[in-house]
Amino acid sequence: MDLLFKSILLFIIFLITLVVAMYSTWAERKVAAFMQDRNGPNRAGPFGLLQPLADGVKMFMKEEIIPLRANKLLFIFGPSLAMTTACLTSAVIPWGGNLQIGGNTFSLQVADLNIGILYVFAMVSIGVYGIMLGGWASNNKYSLLGAIRAASQMISYELAMGLAIIALILTTGSLSLSDIVEQQSGWHWNIIYHPLGFLIFLICAFAEANRAPFDLPECETELIGGYHTEYSSMKLGFYLFAEYINMFVSSAVIVTLYLGGYQMPFIHSLGLSENMVTLLGTMFFFIKIFGMIFLFMWVRWTLPRFRFDQLMNMGWKRLLPIAIFNVFITGFFILLKDYIN
Amino acid sequence: MEKLTNRSKMVADKRMTFVERLYFVQIIGGMLITIKHFFRRKVTINYPEKKRTFSPVYRGKHVLKRDDEGRERCTACGLCAVACPAEAIIMIAAERKAEEENLYREEKYAAVYEINMLRCIFCGDCEDACPKEAIFLTDRLVESEYKRKTFVYGKDLLVEPLENDKRIDVSKRQTPEVLEFKKNKKFAHNK
Repeated sequence: MDLLFKSILLFIIFLITLVVAMYSTWAERKVAAFMQDRNGPNRAGPFGLLQPLADGVKMFMKEEIIPLRANKLLFIFGPSLAMTTACLTSAVIPWGGNLQIGGNTFSLQVADLNIGILYVFAMVSIGVYGIMLGGWASNNKYSLLGAIRAASQMISYELAMGLAIIALILTTGSLSLSDIVEQQSGWHWNIIYHPLGFLIFLICAFAEANRAPFDLPECETELIGGYHTEYSSMKLGFYLFAEYINMFVSSAVIVTLYLGGYQMPFIHSLGLSENMVTLLGTMFFFIKIFGMIFLFMWVRWTLPRFRFDQLMNMGWKRLLPIAIFNVFITGFFILLKDYIN
Repeated sequence: MEKLTNRSKMVADKRMTFVERLYFVQIIGGMLITIKHFFRRKVTINYPEKKRTFSPVYRGKHVLKRDDEGRERCTACGLCAVACPAEAIIMIAAERKAEEENLYREEKYAAVYEINMLRCIFCGDCEDACPKEAIFLTDRLVESEYKRKTFVYGKDLLVEPLENDKRIDVSKRQTPEVLEFKKNKKFAHNK
């Protein structure tokens, strides 16, 4: 029974992830257009809502080209890996509280790992292999440069990200994502206790998801297309799609860790049944995620891209010291609290 | 030179202040600008659904006018072809026969009159040159085609229809001022 529920939940989450990623491409184009005083896609269906479908069909119909000197196996393996790892992360995110169905209690989380945060980190790190393998296997200088940039960027920003998380774990005392969300009930969101940590995590999440202003691996002005220069057809589509899935999942992780996950302030004072509370919480969770995705897009269409040395300077000389400082200051306040009590 | 707007700022190569070097405040400022544009009215005109009105003197597809009795005004003098800077106009003249007086206004008429719409630059010089008020540029557009040959418009496409309700109105271009201007002997074709 439990297994059946988990399978159904897994399937639904997979579908939601794909649909959200699909419509993120639509939303991205709309947001970009609106910020540039344009209308954006509005021909395919009402408000251009069928545009992602049209794009998908176009991607499938395009000619498939594998360069002659490319490593064929790795060339195909690259986008597959990028796509798979992007989808895998959503397994540990608590999408909601508990549902009561026929006397049984089901949790709206596929796998409640007690090291959930580490799992997320592992998956994000493997994600860069998709880019690296694809870039290297293309046998193209631009692709390789893009891949190297992706790898070095990932290493530089993962450190600061990890340190931001350490400060968070100091106060939560748990690595399990469901525990962290449980602790943030009401208004006790972690962003209030870790504003600096949130900021560092946010910046690093932009970098990890290869979003502007950190989209150096694929900057078309310098590297043509970066790691996906040689890719065509649906393999290119997978890379682009993986970026949007990453954006969705990292938004979900940010909301889970810092913005209270599915916790909705004042919901328990409404006197609703537990199932209702869970469903409303899930809805609220998604609203927060969409807000985060909008922030991702907002930043992308506002800021220009970093130069590569600026990127490295910011990662190592700014974010890392600030993150270490954040850990110290958090530890100091915990000790101070203990001392006062 | 006088400034067009007061939005320009003096640029100085000064050291950035601490707040500027933080970069964060500047980012927020930039994001406020983009969100302001997000809610601004869009400038796009959705073309097939909405069309902009043409200017009253828009220079589009040509028309060869008929007079009030339905006779072609063109007398195949060739002034339009001479005036044409793109050499887009070709015509062959013919003499009017006795029974054709209800078809052509003058004793000579254009048996063939072709304008190559790919060559034409829509300058309107043909209209200025015409002494018989026969050719005008209208607010109609030359439609796109698949073959180059179809862009050579003959008399079947250029001469306006006989029916009264299908006549093409050129009064916006043929104002009294224009008629006065065309009588000016300063111009070569009026001498």
